Amino acid sequence: MKNKIIELVDIKRNFSVGSEVVRALRGVSFTIHEGDFVTIMGTSGSGKSTLLNVLGCLDDSSSGEYYLDGVLVRNMSKNERAVLRNRKIGFVFQSYNLLAKTTAIENVELPLMYNSSICTKDRRVRAIAALTRVGLADRLQHKSNQMSGGQMQRVAIARALVNDPAVILADEATGNLDTRTSFEILALLQRLHGEGKTIIFVTHNPEIAEFSNRCIVLKDGLVDSDVFNSDVRSAAEVLASLPILSDD
Amino acid sequence: MNGLNLFRIALHALSNNKTRAFLTMLGIIIGVASVITMLAIGQGSKGSIEKQISEMGSNMIMIYPGEASTGGVRLSASEMNTLKVEDYESLLTLEHLSAVSPLVSSSGQYIFGANNYPSSISGVGTEYLLIRQLKLASGEMFSEDDIRTSSKVCVIGNTIKDNLFPNGEDPIGKTIRFKKIPFQIIGVLEEKGYNSMGMDQDDIVLTPYTTVMKRILAVTHIKSLYASAITEEQTEVATAEITAALRSNHKLGFGEVDDFNIRTQQELASMISSTSQLMTTLLACVAAISLIVGGIGIMNIMYVSVTERTKEIGLRMSVGAKGIDILSQFLIESFMISITGGLIGIALGCSFALGVNKFVRWPIEIELWTILLSFAVCTFTGIFFGWYPAKKAAQLDPIDAIRYE
Repeated sequence: MKNKIIELVDIKRNFSVGSEVVRALRGVSFTIHEGDFVTIMGTSGSGKSTLLNVLGCLDDSSSGEYYLDGVLVRNMSKNERAVLRNRKIGFVFQSYNLLAKTTAIENVELPLMYNSSICTKDRRVRAIAALTRVGLADRLQHKSNQMSGGQMQRVAIARALVNDPAVILADEATGNLDTRTSFEILALLQRLHGEGKTIIFVTHNPEIAEFSNRCIVLKDGLVDSDVFNSDVRSAAEVLASLPILSDD
Repeated sequence: MNGLNLFRIALHALSNNKTRAFLTMLGIIIGVASVITMLAIGQGSKGSIEKQISEMGSNMIMIYPGEASTGGVRLSASEMNTLKVEDYESLLTLEHLSAVSPLVSSSGQYIFGANNYPSSISGVGTEYLLIRQLKLASGEMFSEDDIRTSSKVCVIGNTIKDNLFPNGEDPIGKTIRFKKIPFQIIGVLEEKGYNSMGMDQDDIVLTPYTTVMKRILAVTHIKSLYASAITEEQTEVATAEITAALRSNHKLGFGEVDDFNIRTQQELASMISSTSQLMTTLLACVAAISLIVGGIGIMNIMYVSVTERTKEIGLRMSVGAKGIDILSQFLIESFMISITGGLIGIALGCSFALGVNKFVRWPIEIELWTILLSFAVCTFTGIFFGWYPAKKAAQLDPIDAIRYE
């Protein structure tokens, strides 16, 4: 039996807007095991973003239990959650969120900067290793404004990898990229998944689900469907079959 | 998160916005530089005044004829002739005075050969040198005999010497003319330079007071009296003694106002130094205001910076930065701006002050405490004005911040 990385038990999240209470999550329960590649889908208003915030330890649930890599997250203080994010979670955002005018290597080092147990030398070694893993070994000193969207997203993935997290949370990670680059990123994520990484990919694009081995669909704050995909498509193959544009 | 990393992050953020960081710094630079310059000038002038006063003799007492009215006509002090030689002689016997000298002066043109120079002649007693702390560079002072006989001898200051003997010949033994009266030079005074009021203390010719009274002015009164108390502490007792002696000489009855004024060097010293103290305080206030304005500049820019970098803050939080890390980062940024600004300001202030000294020839005094003070103030400014923006940054919600557009 594989380790449980994420275990949600009846997670509810309510927001008060004025006198009204908006129930964004109405009792979500599921378990994600080590080495899973899960897509979480849903239309806007389905509670997808709220779930992502809870999963990412950015937000606390109103009720229910959440275990991340065996640690109970609920009722943790802000600082405790910050430390947990630093050690257990790697975020990949839609708009990359790299630091401006900063080199790839410095961007990747960022999470380690907030971990005082890692020394300067170690930090550099790990950052170089992470960038090599995403295929950017020759772009270490490039600044964020000197890179293409795909390269920036790969730097962001390297940044998510660098602290060796329990789970990588990708929030619409291909949303800002063209088709070809999207498949490149998907192929990279599939490769990392192949290497044993646990990945959660939040998206509203149903096509992405075909590349993951499990798909959870949210609707009105509840799990609408949770299906395992036995026929996972290979992003690398799709990429190879794409016509190469002459001006590329 | 260790401190070194925070410094690195802050330094990086600042170097990403060099122009803005410099412009923010400019307020502090100008503030600190002006504090240092102003205080250096203020302290310098205060110091030089104090030095001059002590050189002039801090136990000096000056007696002038007072204002009075005769038959309803008010007369100014310079028209009064209430002080007589007898007054001078009566002061000689007072026990708290170490030296007394009358002063009678007249102005006119000095002539020697083809050279001439406008100045004045001071008729004094032999103890005048002692009271004014003047020293002879060469020759000798005239004697009591010279006073008795109203000799036409004189002791000259450096300015007179330089103007009448421009070729550097020895003036001792030479005869110069003042209002057609020949005076033989018997001594030259040591150079004293300008005093704090900008008066040339070397533009001086001393001669027996009897000579000026009888041969030049043909008067029987004297213009003023100079005396020295034995010590500075005895100035007050000596002043009381003088008052009593002069009142009895002038036969002033009980209830009648003094027809003379007594000024002591102490009064003058405290008056001048309090004036310059006031000036220093005013200058320092103006400079301090500019430092505060500089601090507000920092706060302003840091607020803009926090808003502008909301997304960055969100990202940092999402990768594990705690509130305290964000707070420290922004505090360190504003701290670094103000410290760097402070250091540049100190360097600039010192060079301004030295420049003022070199080119305008004002006395300056850069004291360590002014540097430490302005450095402390700008450190405080950085932390004080950086606090609120930093706190605002630290309190951002990571969820909102990361999606901020």
